[in-house]
Amino acid sequence: MTPGPQAHVTTRSTYELSHLQALEAEAIYIMREVAAQFERPVLLFSGGKDSIVLMRLAEKAFRPSRFPFPVMHVDTGHNFPEVIAFRDQLVERLGERLIVASVQDSIDSGRVREETGPRASRNRLQTTTLLDAIAQHGFDAAFGGARRDEERARAKERVFSFRDDFGQWDPKNQRPELWALYNGRIRRGEHVRVFPISNWTEMDVWQYLAQERLDVPSIYYAHTREVFARDGMLYATSPHIELLDGEAPFAASVRYRTVGDMTCTGAVRSTATTLAEVVAEIAATRITERGETRADDRVSDAAMEDRKREGYF
Amino acid sequence: MPAVSELLRVATAGSVDDGKSTLIGRLLHDTKSILEDQLAHVAETSERRGDGYVNLALLTDGLRAEREQGITIDVAYRYFQTGAAAGAATGVATGAAAGVAAGAATAAVELDASAASFRGGRKFIIADTPGHEQYTRNMVTGASTADVSIVLIDARHGVSEQTRRHAYITSLLRIPHLVVAINKMDLVDYSQDAFESIVAEFTDWATRLALSDVSFIPLSALRGDNVVERSDSMPWYQGPSLLYHLEHVVIATDRDMDDVRFPVQWVVRPMSDEHHDYRGYAGQVAAGVIRPGSEVLVLPSGRRTRVAAIDTYDGELELAFPTMSVTLRLEDDIDISRGDLIAGADEPPTVARDLEAMVCWMSEQPMRPGGRYAIHHTTRAAKAIVDRLEYRVDVNTLERDPDAGTLELNEIGRVHLRSSTPLVVDPYARNRTTGSFILIDEATNDTVGAGMIRSAR
Repeated sequence: MTPGPQAHVTTRSTYELSHLQALEAEAIYIMREVAAQFERPVLLFSGGKDSIVLMRLAEKAFRPSRFPFPVMHVDTGHNFPEVIAFRDQLVERLGERLIVASVQDSIDSGRVREETGPRASRNRLQTTTLLDAIAQHGFDAAFGGARRDEERARAKERVFSFRDDFGQWDPKNQRPELWALYNGRIRRGEHVRVFPISNWTEMDVWQYLAQERLDVPSIYYAHTREVFARDGMLYATSPHIELLDGEAPFAASVRYRTVGDMTCTGAVRSTATTLAEVVAEIAATRITERGETRADDRVSDAAMEDRKREGYF
Repeated sequence: MPAVSELLRVATAGSVDDGKSTLIGRLLHDTKSILEDQLAHVAETSERRGDGYVNLALLTDGLRAEREQGITIDVAYRYFQTGAAAGAATGVATGAAAGVAAGAATAAVELDASAASFRGGRKFIIADTPGHEQYTRNMVTGASTADVSIVLIDARHGVSEQTRRHAYITSLLRIPHLVVAINKMDLVDYSQDAFESIVAEFTDWATRLALSDVSFIPLSALRGDNVVERSDSMPWYQGPSLLYHLEHVVIATDRDMDDVRFPVQWVVRPMSDEHHDYRGYAGQVAAGVIRPGSEVLVLPSGRRTRVAAIDTYDGELELAFPTMSVTLRLEDDIDISRGDLIAGADEPPTVARDLEAMVCWMSEQPMRPGGRYAIHHTTRAAKAIVDRLEYRVDVNTLERDPDAGTLELNEIGRVHLRSSTPLVVDPYARNRTTGSFILIDEATNDTVGAGMIRSAR
């Protein structure tokens, strides 16, 4: 194994871990529990910063072996091209197996129907594609990069989040989770979503990316892009989104704070071109990441809970 | 200085009336951890519901049913971080308020965590548990990983049944530090006598509990007295504010650093050309300091060997301590698998099948004496039979009922169990990892019981 920049805990006089070291150790433990308790886990990878952290944590948990599970991306077909390129590069560099589950395939086979109109999005269609892929491959555990600080419904979700054989989450009937004793017992057809970075905040993720010197897709840094304003957010113009009357595209220096489907992920104005500058901007912001950039959460107070009940990420 | 800080897990419990939501809201607000869109959302929702005030409980009550019924159903986790407080009591407020931004900005500039030192800044995880529904089950869950427990007392009413329940669970779950926050001091004219008499009443009662570190703080969550900043209204109180206390309570010494406990979680065996003979045992250190060359026992087999190396992705380490996740290589080729425990050779744990434990019952189906359950203990899964219930504890009075016969939902009692295979255990009072277990109903796969081992043979 190659020594990296973080092999220096021994220099401390007292036996203390930094909060990032403690969070990392917890996440590694959770990943190993899943590998040990389940037959067929999978790691859900979006190309976003949280799933990039998951990939590094999996390296830390299992090297020098390969990951004891494949990596799966649910591709809406409306993703940022930069993110797709980044995904392919990362998976190849790590030498891991990639499965791509395609929303387009679900549409073509008639499993879901494409929404139409200027506000059409494939965000919700992903759930069917995801659940079909889980069933097709027989996955019994799926790692996700969700964090409890992101959203109110997620604040109450377990690290091992049980899904019935319809993929549904029942928030009122969750198993108590005590100490570090995770109960991964399920029946055939059921599965568990596992969130190793549940206790991380957005800032922890950025600090960790910096500490580990991890690359992120270029859209996380400020770049000039043609955008238009809608509902107080800036969206990229693309073939996947129709403009409403009065919406006029213009060029702006922006970056993305979250990575999702192009049709529901907004950009923020920014001049931050380095990780340090991005972290400084995020530290100074007074708005949450999903509040600032995600249209999919704005449908109602419980939009995320409702989607999660159906089997969303 | 990089924003390297320690992680502190805090459990709070209580009902709507004692001001717990206000206290947490105040901590989050005054450390600038509530962002504008969250606050706007809460204000708007409060208005729509006709709450008549900005209801900070809505920050965490995210589930549809909670918002509809105005209740908290489940443990909610909240996160906040303070920066380097630099130690001066008067500097706490500004340090905390500015810390989020200042600490983070420097983090990216100085990336090398190895040069870090701790300067009082901390990252907090608050497990906030509801007071009414599923009270015991939720508090036990939130308390199981906590370093600090905050128990709120209404200064007007003094020690209540609920206070006693909180303190008992804090003691049962061995949360190392308890803060008794005597709230609503503004409503008793900031009276030192009122404070002192509650302290005396609590102290007198708590002699029956196993509490190692208790701090009393008089405060007003509503007015902000002694929450983040020390209050001018109570000059007779010489102690720290709540936040200052949380930032400085020493937790590094809470864990046992003497006797190694390392449950084997996963065997790393790449069998690739490059690492053909590699065999490592991955896990999280539960106690003790491990060094290459340390003599260890592998249990339950009892084989003795030495640690050859401590591997991580970032290279070999010279030592490992709780709660690090590492991979151990051993000098001898011994058959070891998940569920085994690598322990220090001096004070080994007990290898036992008969357990006596305090069990908190978490299912609507009562515990069945003679019943068979799955048991998860460290990384080992086995089956267990409940032999008998010795007594049930009334969590409000601490009275023991030897005739109870069974445990219902949210009840706690002393239980004798027998496991199908030997478990490698310590008393819970000695080690929270090797001393705890969960029971699982094999028909439903639900987690139905949480156990804390008292003795084993």
